[in-house]
Amino acid sequence: MEDAHEGPANATEYIVHHLTNLHVGEGFWNLHLDSVFYAVVLGILFAASFRFAAARATAGVPGRWQNFVEMMVEFVDTQVRDSFHGTSRLIAPLALTIFCWIFLMNFMDLVPVDLLPEVGVAMGIEYMKVVPTTDLNITFGMSITVFLLMIFYSIKIKGAGGFARELLFHPFGKWMMPFNFLLKLVEELAKPVSLALRLFGNLYAGELIFILIALFTLSAGGHTLTETLLNLASPATISYLVIQVILGLAWALFHILIITLQAFIFMMLTIVYLSMAHEEH
Amino acid sequence: MSINVTLFVQMLVFALLVWFTMKFIWPVILEAMEEREQRIADGLAAAEKGRSELEAAATEAESIVSAARDQARDILGKANSRAAGIVEEARTQGEEEKRKRLESAQAEIDVEVNRARDELRGQVAAIAVAGAEKVLAREIDTDAHRELLDRLAADL
Repeated sequence: MEDAHEGPANATEYIVHHLTNLHVGEGFWNLHLDSVFYAVVLGILFAASFRFAAARATAGVPGRWQNFVEMMVEFVDTQVRDSFHGTSRLIAPLALTIFCWIFLMNFMDLVPVDLLPEVGVAMGIEYMKVVPTTDLNITFGMSITVFLLMIFYSIKIKGAGGFARELLFHPFGKWMMPFNFLLKLVEELAKPVSLALRLFGNLYAGELIFILIALFTLSAGGHTLTETLLNLASPATISYLVIQVILGLAWALFHILIITLQAFIFMMLTIVYLSMAHEEH
Repeated sequence: MSINVTLFVQMLVFALLVWFTMKFIWPVILEAMEEREQRIADGLAAAEKGRSELEAAATEAESIVSAARDQARDILGKANSRAAGIVEEARTQGEEEKRKRLESAQAEIDVEVNRARDELRGQVAAIAVAGAEKVLAREIDTDAHRELLDRLAADL
């Protein structure tokens, strides 16, 4: 199995290998199979498990899973009620989906960095990035969808004219129209861009640090995880392994906070932005 | 790292997931939660109602018991006075009976006494006559003094 796979020659190659997507197609039609695969699998995991609870939901004494799902629903519902003052059947389910899905995608960051890629290699898959939220396409995909919803609701609530007025006449009145428009454009575009980049940046950096921590045994031992494990006899490798485990554990514990927080921030900002889109000026 | 078709695939997947959640998860869960909320509210209201009903029933039971107690006291009082009446009546009857018996005994005794007295009177007359006969046997002619003797006997 290992024969088919040529391990990285050095740290740079190892890192670059980890940051390369499995893809098909070229240019625009380049599709990141791994990102899409994990995003879809985790999305289905979320949808199926929550649907499972919903299908068996009872108004009587809830089971543990139903209890958990209800807790999540209530949590999201509270956030939406606190920040969003319009009436919409979409916002709350959207927020729930965003929080759970992003959390699950972020959670892939806590899976040991080499585990799934090594399994992939064993199955003949050369490249694999397991954390979809470290892919700009994924984070932008979500933030742009939110952005489109913002535009949709702006037009729906204020009318096309109202929305145009808001774009052109605020904040400096009609004589500063081009400047107003430019200002508003930047303001609006900053929303999806910051949403996507914040999530991407946090997770990308987190993933990179996991990769760097993984380099400890890599530099001490072999070129691959398997080789490293075979090299365990050396005392240097053992000490590196201990350091790696301690650092990895510390970073993973800290990262639990980050992945939850980032999912929460994405959800909250989505609610806030959509709430702003509903407000008349 | 480049922006490419992955982004649009992700948008599609995202939209589908949100649609699914909106259609099949959120309303169902929320409905169950609201229904349970309603049930709990109903249960609490029913418990409150039950408690107030219990209180009302307790009050009613107390009033019934006290009424029964009053009634029992009343009945007891009546029975006591009735018993006293019966005893009194019996005593009066007894007294009456006693008086009647005494009277009739007295009457009988009087009759007996009178009879004895009459008898005695006859016998005394006879003894007197006999005595007188013996005294006067020689001096008095029975036939001559018969009228006198009979008058005497009648006077005794």
